[in-house]
Amino acid sequence: MKFGVVVFPGTWSDRDCGWVIDQVLGAQLQYLWHKDADLKGCDCIILPGGFTYGDYLRTGAIARFAPVMEKIGEFADRGGLVWGICNGFQILCEAGLLPGALVRNASLEFRCQWTNLMVERNDLAFTSQCADREVIRVPISHGEGNYFADPTALSRLEQNGQVVFRYCDPTGNVVPSANPNGSMHNIAGIINKRGNVLGMMPHPERCSEPELGGSDGLKLFRSVAEGAIKVLVS
Amino acid sequence: MTAQQIDERRLREVALTPDEYRVIVEQLKRAPNAVELGMLGVLWSEHCSYKTSKALLSRLPSTGSAVLQGPGENAGAINIGLGWAAVFKIESHNHPSAIEPYQGAATGVGGIIRDVIAMGARPIALLDSLRFGPLPASRRHFDGVVAGIGGYGNCIGIPTVGGEVYFDDCYAENPLVNAMCVGIVRVDRLMRARAEGTGNSLLLVGADTGRDGIHGASFASVELDEDSVGRRPAVQVGNPFLEKCLLEACMDLAHTDAVVAIQDLGAAGLTSSVAECAGRVQGAGARIDISRVPKRERGMTPYDVMLSESQERMLVVVERGREAEVESIFQAWDLTSAVIGEVTDDGYLTVVDENDLVARLPVELLTEGAPPRRLIGVAPEPPPALDLDELPPLVDPAATLLRLLASPNLSSRRGIFRQYDHMVGDSTVVPPGGDAAVLRVKGTRLGLAMTTDCNSRYCHLDPNMGAQLAVAEAARNIVATGAEPLAVTDCLNFANPDRPEVYWELEETIAGLATACRSLELPVVSGNVSLYNESFPARGEGGPPRSGRPKGAGAAGSAIYPTPVVGMIGLLDDYGSRLEAGLRNEGDFVLLVGSSNNDLGGTEYLKVVHGRVAGRPPALDLTREKAVNKLVLAAARANLLRSAHDCADGGMLVALAECCLLGGIGVRCPSLSPEAPVRLDAALFGESPSRFIVSVPSRAMPEMQTLARRHHVEISLLGLAGGESIEFEGQFKLSLAEMRQAWEGDVV
Repeated sequence: MKFGVVVFPGTWSDRDCGWVIDQVLGAQLQYLWHKDADLKGCDCIILPGGFTYGDYLRTGAIARFAPVMEKIGEFADRGGLVWGICNGFQILCEAGLLPGALVRNASLEFRCQWTNLMVERNDLAFTSQCADREVIRVPISHGEGNYFADPTALSRLEQNGQVVFRYCDPTGNVVPSANPNGSMHNIAGIINKRGNVLGMMPHPERCSEPELGGSDGLKLFRSVAEGAIKVLVS
Repeated sequence: MTAQQIDERRLREVALTPDEYRVIVEQLKRAPNAVELGMLGVLWSEHCSYKTSKALLSRLPSTGSAVLQGPGENAGAINIGLGWAAVFKIESHNHPSAIEPYQGAATGVGGIIRDVIAMGARPIALLDSLRFGPLPASRRHFDGVVAGIGGYGNCIGIPTVGGEVYFDDCYAENPLVNAMCVGIVRVDRLMRARAEGTGNSLLLVGADTGRDGIHGASFASVELDEDSVGRRPAVQVGNPFLEKCLLEACMDLAHTDAVVAIQDLGAAGLTSSVAECAGRVQGAGARIDISRVPKRERGMTPYDVMLSESQERMLVVVERGREAEVESIFQAWDLTSAVIGEVTDDGYLTVVDENDLVARLPVELLTEGAPPRRLIGVAPEPPPALDLDELPPLVDPAATLLRLLASPNLSSRRGIFRQYDHMVGDSTVVPPGGDAAVLRVKGTRLGLAMTTDCNSRYCHLDPNMGAQLAVAEAARNIVATGAEPLAVTDCLNFANPDRPEVYWELEETIAGLATACRSLELPVVSGNVSLYNESFPARGEGGPPRSGRPKGAGAAGSAIYPTPVVGMIGLLDDYGSRLEAGLRNEGDFVLLVGSSNNDLGGTEYLKVVHGRVAGRPPALDLTREKAVNKLVLAAARANLLRSAHDCADGGMLVALAECCLLGGIGVRCPSLSPEAPVRLDAALFGESPSRFIVSVPSRAMPEMQTLARRHHVEISLLGLAGGESIEFEGQFKLSLAEMRQAWEGDVV
């Protein structure tokens, strides 16, 4: 299993994702430079958090034009695993690989805090190690993580079961008080219809070791890694 | 118009005195031209030359076996073992933040990050020590500064893990923004900004040079007045994205050995960075051609280029002939770079514009030439005394606790630090909100604890003791995490030292810092001085202070309290044994380490409840302080402690409430009746130093008692952890929910 972590100018979760993949999970790690239109044989591409190109125009708006993005689009079309975290989720929406958009937090403030997520799909390559409707604790860190989609797109997401993570309270109730940014339907993460492109605002790479306050994030990395092993064995 | 008049006008523009001008002419044996005068003006400003404080600063201890780099470089460096060095420094950005809070704070963060990068280190954490006037009047300053710190730190991807926020009338017109950055680097990769090697190239990288921030350093060296708003162009604008690229490119420089030195361009821009870089090498000089400097706009004069404080620029000294190798690293990050000159051996900073000579000044005159200012300190009237017998006894401890928890200086800072990314980097193992933050050094078990501290009300009442208390509190915050305090960086914020009572405060403060740092064996390895944090009435007004001005701040009315912010780092050999403030286990014994006296002078309790700033600050006995710290560290190492919290602002009961709120566990205590002559209000809300609140599993109690006796430190049982409230039997009971409502309710 080879993870590819894309580095744009302004990306900062690249090294955290790299740390978890390489040092905690012990999987193969390949950094991918935004200028290189080559995915170097990676099995799962991670678009990490950060402020690509400063995000001065609109989050992810410039990054989608990077040479590496064209290859990632093709890779996704072939069914390859693409995982956007935080800024990566914003880029995937800008690139049209996922529906909707991330707008400014309802509080109009940046928020860095722990959240509880209801895992609504554990049949995916990204979540197979999670129990059915498990509540996991994962931190957020963003100023624009307020998920927005037009009513049609939103109802399509719901009907297709494309909402993977929803902000909830510690016991799993999806309530407004557990929503840190004003996202529609408490959405924290969604998947494309085919099930191979995941976008999520919370940071699993920041909670993959107990000393960082929790290790629920590792379940997602493990899911991807072990899913690949299963494919190899079967 | 006579020549003399022209000079005075020009001198005012560059903030030089006629006496200083005479020294310049004497040394040069000619009159400086306009560019040279501007260059000397910025480098001789207090901000760059420390001409007022230098002699005093030399009294601070700066050596120790772990010191790899003391003051005089871009930042200090300490050996933390296993081949790693911690690099750190604190710096003020007060004046810009007063005028333009967002950009002032943002560029303060950007500047201190570059200081750490220049040492070859990767920045791993930021801390911010902030002071404002009371809210809501100071909301513009407060909101702007907090947003600016977040805006820069969050974007660049360095966690903001700590700091402090205080509110006091004396900061209403002069808010303080002190930013600290901590980085790590392999000891053998530690860089120094020395322009070695005649003929080596000077490479300017990063942002293009614009007209922003011209005279920023001079501006920071005078008092603010009503014209200061017109100085907004002297405040720079930050671009954290560019700095992120600059940071990564500088880290990539480790792949080549062609780099001789890196120097940040900060205050006084190109002038100071080239002069300082050359000034660190005996006999070295530099020749630069400003026509080669990439500029943001046309028509910039040599004066503009030399004095611009455009952000996100670095000067790199590159081995001659290997420029392309280094430039390709910056190109990969789409950064502009240009060879703008070379190192010489003539001891002069020579500036040309293609073929025209623009300026030629001895490096030593620029960096060391400012005549030291010999000011005289005179002690002001002593602060109002506090007669405890006149102070009415405490009636309602519960209501008082709620009032204190809700007071802006003690309430929870969660509303602030949740606006800062404090987790990026996957190293924050003790997050903000407790005593010190702890960051692990990845790939090792080492933990770096870090904090900033200063209670300026103490400093106002007694600058010498206040400074000692600031050092002691910082050390206690470090110890509360289980870490051994290692070294200090200081940011000395003062009013106008030309007033004898302010200079006296500066003298006393430095004496106090020196006393405490020597006693606790803490070298001061870097720092910054910010003077003139004082506003004066608009010209011609003169009369009594305008309404809304602080009253208790001394003769000038709008001067800040002496505010020596102490930044400190400490080390845990194994971060697995780190401690946090919150109670962790029902049934644990909750102990007060150290003892309480009638220390009500200068306390938050006295201010909030009795509306008074009076008395002497709590008396610190450094021998006792050391004993208490040693005990807590010994107990932590013996694995006897489950939590530890410094007992400081607000006193024992506020600290105990914080232990409960942070841990989500209450505490049940027998009734508290302090032994005479200690008063109940002093036992609960007095701020005696050298105290901790710790929790200990019951089985460890005998060992803890033995240890305390061996260290000659008093420990007393406060109560048992458990339940959902703080209860002092027969005295009062408050639920955690009520306390949390007060503490977090109005989150600033």
